[in-house]
Amino acid sequence: MAIKVKEVERPISEVSYLRATVSGLALTLKHMFDPHKVTTQYPEQRWDLSPRWRGTHRMLTTEDGKAKCVACGLCPTVCPANCIKLVPGEDEDGNRYPLVFEIDEFRCIFCGYCQEVCPEEAIHVGRHYENAEYSRDRFVYDLARLTSQTHAVCEMWDPADPKGE
Amino acid sequence: MTHVALFALDATSQMDPTTGVFLIASVIKMIAIFTLVMVGVAYTTFAERRISAWIQDRHGPNRVGPLGLFQVLADGVKNLMKEETYPGDANLTLFILAPAIAFIPAMLTWAVIPFASPLPTPWGRIDMVVADLPVGFLFTLAISSIGVYGLALAGWSSNNKYALLGGLRASAQMISYEIAMGMSTVCVLLLSGNVHLTEIIKQQSTMGWNVFLLSIAFFLFLIAAFAETNRVPFDLPEAESELIAGYHTEYSAMKFSMFPISEYAGMITASAMLVTLFFGGWDIPFTQWDNTGEFTVLKTLLTFASFAVKTLFWVFFYIWIRWTLPRFRYDQLMSLGWKVMLPIALAYVTVIATLVLALDMAGLPRDWRFGGAMFAVNAVLVVLLFFVLDRGRIVSPAYSRLDKAAVARLRAVTAARAALTTGEGA
Repeated sequence: MAIKVKEVERPISEVSYLRATVSGLALTLKHMFDPHKVTTQYPEQRWDLSPRWRGTHRMLTTEDGKAKCVACGLCPTVCPANCIKLVPGEDEDGNRYPLVFEIDEFRCIFCGYCQEVCPEEAIHVGRHYENAEYSRDRFVYDLARLTSQTHAVCEMWDPADPKGE
Repeated sequence: MTHVALFALDATSQMDPTTGVFLIASVIKMIAIFTLVMVGVAYTTFAERRISAWIQDRHGPNRVGPLGLFQVLADGVKNLMKEETYPGDANLTLFILAPAIAFIPAMLTWAVIPFASPLPTPWGRIDMVVADLPVGFLFTLAISSIGVYGLALAGWSSNNKYALLGGLRASAQMISYEIAMGMSTVCVLLLSGNVHLTEIIKQQSTMGWNVFLLSIAFFLFLIAAFAETNRVPFDLPEAESELIAGYHTEYSAMKFSMFPISEYAGMITASAMLVTLFFGGWDIPFTQWDNTGEFTVLKTLLTFASFAVKTLFWVFFYIWIRWTLPRFRYDQLMSLGWKVMLPIALAYVTVIATLVLALDMAGLPRDWRFGGAMFAVNAVLVVLLFFVLDRGRIVSPAYSRLDKAAVARLRAVTAARAALTTGEGA
């Protein structure tokens, strides 16, 4: 095949470098005085998170302030990243509760399976993203921390209402 | 005493000062100009960040202080506190010297630029220029060429191939555009008949600003000034996509910071030169009040404001262009400098010299009538440049440099070869 370079005869107004520069300057000036800016001024303005946003976890509690978790062991089983550490305990009435419940947020991949699988609607992924800490071990959230957090939790996808209407 | 004396000016205030007063005034002017330009440089970096943000529909740095105005202080502290690194096999003497060599010429040019009408004081008339050199314009050309040593030495002493390439590009580019710049200003010198910058301003206040009389020279000077200061679209010495950061790749902390500082100082200086040569310097437009009659303090202040506004506009223009035009390719840069700007400048010098001679022989007095005649001829030349000469030829794609016959021949050869390999020809 021969090399084919398409040569287009363009009108002067299109190929004139000087005139193209002038129209470019007009465009940039227009944007400069355009009051619409795309930046989100972060600490003052924030994103509206999706109701299905999956962020750091939260453990919901009963009215008397105890974790709803019954230590059934479903969430550590389903967790694909193996980030949940659960040691079950049982009180004198035979009620199971978590002795240790820790989530390593660095290992977590925020798939939300723990929330989906939980029979007691205890563990949830949260609509929250401001997670900065000064040390790595602060990212292992223990039960006290999981229950004390107050941010909104993820709403699970409902197959009956796939678009969330 | 001074408060009263400043307003009770007698005849001595219009006369040349004594040597002692001259020396003291010069020192004060030096400090004042240095401070002003350095503050100007700091705020030009800030303005660049804010204006580039606005042009890109962003906000820019707006957190430190009101409107982000203290950002420059934060940047300065940051640059002073950062760690200095030295590349292993660098030539340390030159490596340390290079930022200073780049910085000094950019500031030195300010010595000869008149920034306001002379100030009357009880001790005599003080010229508002640090050194009123009779060779003013030649001095600026000589000094601005020295700046390239800083960049070339920085590139060479870094012991880094990208830095070296950046330094080489900088020197090649500056030398190429220096010529076009010098040629474009010959027209200004033809009109004023002098290289003394004060005289050039005086000529423009009587004849009209040179930008209207010598538009093409102004245009060439503007482009050359962009190339001289290594600004977009001519920032090939620091083209980050191919050279990392060019000649200042290996620099860190304040020594790195000296290069941007000298670049911005160069921008301000080039803007001031542009204003002096083509926009009447400190001349206030539409009035002769500022350059006739006695000098007063008010006139000095207003003319300074006029000069500052004009200079700042061109500094803004530098930033504006930066976010409008993409960078040139290196061969386009060189062909623009040597094949387009230099011939245009030479032709323009010829035309202007002929015109000046013709107008003088026709007996036109050198005032607004002379300017008007120049303006009329010049308008025709500008229309020619914009609508006839510039048909995509000033910067052209690579293939358009081949003539049509050569392209046809090349195509025939490739077609024949293709036919041979596919066996169709046999």
